[in-house]
Amino acid sequence: MMVESVRRLFRTFLLVELVKGMLLTGRYLFARKITVQYPEEKTPQSPRFRGLHALRRYPNGEERCIACKLCEAVCPALAITIESDQREDGTRRTTRYDIDLTKCIFCGFCEESCPVDSIVETRILEYHGERRGDLIYTKPMLLAIGDAYEGEIAKDREADASFR
Amino acid sequence: MTSVLQPLIGLGNWLWGVLAAVVVWIVGLEYAPAVLYLIKILLLILCIVVPLMLCVAYLTLWERKVIGWMQIRIGPNRTTFFGIPWLGGLAQPIADGLKLLVKEIIVPSGANKFLFVLAPIMAITPALAAWAVVPFGPELILADIDAGLLYVMAITSMGVYGIIIAGWASNSKYAFLGALRSAAQMVSYELAMGFALVCVLMAAQSLNLGDIVRMQQGNAGFLNWFWIPLAPIFLVYIISGVAETNRAPFDVAEGESEIVAGFHVEYSGMAFAVFFLAEYANMLLISTLASVMFLGGWLSPFPQSWGAIGEPGFWWLIAKLFAVVSSFLWFRATFPRYRYDQLMRLGWKVFLPLTIAYIVVLGAWMQTPLWIWWK
Repeated sequence: MMVESVRRLFRTFLLVELVKGMLLTGRYLFARKITVQYPEEKTPQSPRFRGLHALRRYPNGEERCIACKLCEAVCPALAITIESDQREDGTRRTTRYDIDLTKCIFCGFCEESCPVDSIVETRILEYHGERRGDLIYTKPMLLAIGDAYEGEIAKDREADASFR
Repeated sequence: MTSVLQPLIGLGNWLWGVLAAVVVWIVGLEYAPAVLYLIKILLLILCIVVPLMLCVAYLTLWERKVIGWMQIRIGPNRTTFFGIPWLGGLAQPIADGLKLLVKEIIVPSGANKFLFVLAPIMAITPALAAWAVVPFGPELILADIDAGLLYVMAITSMGVYGIIIAGWASNSKYAFLGALRSAAQMVSYELAMGFALVCVLMAAQSLNLGDIVRMQQGNAGFLNWFWIPLAPIFLVYIISGVAETNRAPFDVAEGESEIVAGFHVEYSGMAFAVFFLAEYANMLLISTLASVMFLGGWLSPFPQSWGAIGEPGFWWLIAKLFAVVSSFLWFRATFPRYRYDQLMRLGWKVFLPLTIAYIVVLGAWMQTPLWIWWK
């Protein structure tokens, strides 16, 4: 009892605990730094990464979307607006497909709900708008993204297919 | 070294001669000596304040770097001079300073405008004035006064007024609470610090900072310094110094998680920067005083008989100052903030009795043959 309290007194006055703490931070001073220096270095991305949206086409050039409006219904942020009409060949197609990216929460539900894998989220994360309304993406814009990145999009679906 | 400086000294003398001639021409022979004396003092003050401000600026960078490294980060590494990549981060203090310079100083509604502006001035004045008596080398001292230690104590105690006035003039409850905390804390630790300085005074037999260093001279190098006989006091002084400058882990006056930023919440732009400068200048001052009083000031840690490496010099003081100030940053990166009551307990119930007891012990020790720190 006595010995214990004397030991405690010495430990307190010799600042043993404090020195231990300082040795720990002192070791980290020389540790390898883990900072990722962003524009030059980037963290690895998963094939499931949910970034900017795109509308895909079939290989023959026909757009996939059949205007079932499941994505519009499931969207928790009400970011998707769809209007549809009958095309000359009798198929149902969207006349308007807007995604308000300022509302979108990138949950991926639209992608999950799509029966024809039309609306997808790509790996693109570096985009911006400079004026009000710049971040409301319309059907031609989304289709253009799909056309530009079809290779990457298809590869990512392929990589994830076995887990579905 | 001297031969390199010779042309510079020549140029300096020549410029001084030109200046003297101009002064004589303007004010006449009668008043010229007084005016020249004034100009000389002002130049000497500039010689201390300008490098000090540069040190303060780069101390902020060093702090961010060290704390970054201890958190396995890199720290500021983007701002450079003229786009030279390997200077990455070195322009950060300049950029910060420029940013603060061009920002607006917002005076809160209901604030006492005069006191609001006066407070930062009151905070930084003592932080700069105390440097007058700091001996940088055997001859390098602005004012070699006999009551140097007393002067330092008196001047640094004034710093608390800046903080109290800032808290009061801001017309904000957070600022006021921060000022109250800070005032209580600084006054409490001033006591422990004062008693610690009494120990130094006893050991050195002098209040003159230069004499204190000279008392630590000897043939055993760093074993002659006062940090050995005054080891507990050295610790108390360092810890009180951290508390005195309101630095982590004693930064309850700023306490981001409790009262936002304490006494300077309402300050922006250059008014804030002045508080910042004062805090860092105080840190440097406390470190320098610790080096002078306990770590032998300008003396070399090696015995004088070892030749060049044992020579005393200005750079030894800089090295010691750097080590002590870096340990302040190390504390900040390591320890969580003290609770307010723990802080007061440490000041009043631990440090004060400890220092008073040590004064008695030291007094007794100095009467015995076991006291071997004087030749």
